[in-house]
Amino acid sequence: MLLNGVRKASIALERGGGGNGMEPTMAVSLRESLQQVSDPGNLDASVEEVFRLMLGVECRREHGGGSQEQDSVTAVVGFGGLLSGACVFSTGRTAALEIAGFMTGMQFEEIDDTVKDGIGEICNMLAGAWKGKVPELAANCGLSVPAVITGRDYKLHVQAPEFQLHHLYRFQESTFAVTIVCDGLQ
Amino acid sequence: MSEIRALIVDDSSVMRKIVERALRQAGLDPLVVHEAGSGTEGLELLRARQVDLILSDINMPSMDGLEFLRQIRAQNLAPGIPVVMITTESSEEHVKQAIQAGAQGYIRKPFTAEQVKERVLPLVHAA
Repeated sequence: MLLNGVRKASIALERGGGGNGMEPTMAVSLRESLQQVSDPGNLDASVEEVFRLMLGVECRREHGGGSQEQDSVTAVVGFGGLLSGACVFSTGRTAALEIAGFMTGMQFEEIDDTVKDGIGEICNMLAGAWKGKVPELAANCGLSVPAVITGRDYKLHVQAPEFQLHHLYRFQESTFAVTIVCDGLQ
Repeated sequence: MSEIRALIVDDSSVMRKIVERALRQAGLDPLVVHEAGSGTEGLELLRARQVDLILSDINMPSMDGLEFLRQIRAQNLAPGIPVVMITTESSEEHVKQAIQAGAQGYIRKPFTAEQVKERVLPLVHAA
């Protein structure tokens, strides 16, 4: 998966500094840490941390259900480097408005640019918090800037993923889903 | 405390508001905030205005926060003004890169207002 060029940039960085001032790194492999990288607990801890610190709300994992609203907002942040893939945050209209409201202290009636921006930032922080749980990943995996999609008429296609985590969460009366998909691991 | 002029550089307008709120909660008051959506905009703003504090994201399109920081130093745009990076990147290597580029502080997203207070106030008082 290549999103906003992040994979190319990070691989260049790993091979020899990539001209960005970093020292060439020793060969690092995430294959031996696959169990740690794909630990579902890391995703749950990241989601709880981001929502508690940035929104001031507690959220908990749900099993089954999820938003059935027609209007939805999805944010995607790409991973590149030792791990390639994406973090996908998806939620219905009601939860998107609530999340943006908690972040800004404002009230929103529609999914405008500020709401989309807020959802993109939540996804960005989730992706960063998740990769930060594994030191090799934190140091050798880059993030793209968030892309935000509105509407439900899309499908995420990944050929032969190394692993995929798809969790639903609830905060107050709203739900959202977070997916981590990895399609390449070095 | 006399008026503090802060430049907040982040491609997310929501994050700029969150950082501003955290600065106010940290006790930076009165506070005047200038906002820039990219490193390029941040440099233009620094050419036009004086500030007392710069807070910048790293992961931004067009010009990222590290290049923004290098350009500030190379062009001597804000001599002696503390720069704090606020970013999702948390590895030691990223911190090292930011310090090498001239940052005095580093805050990882997500953050609390207390963390902003601990890392930013001493820099403002020392400047």
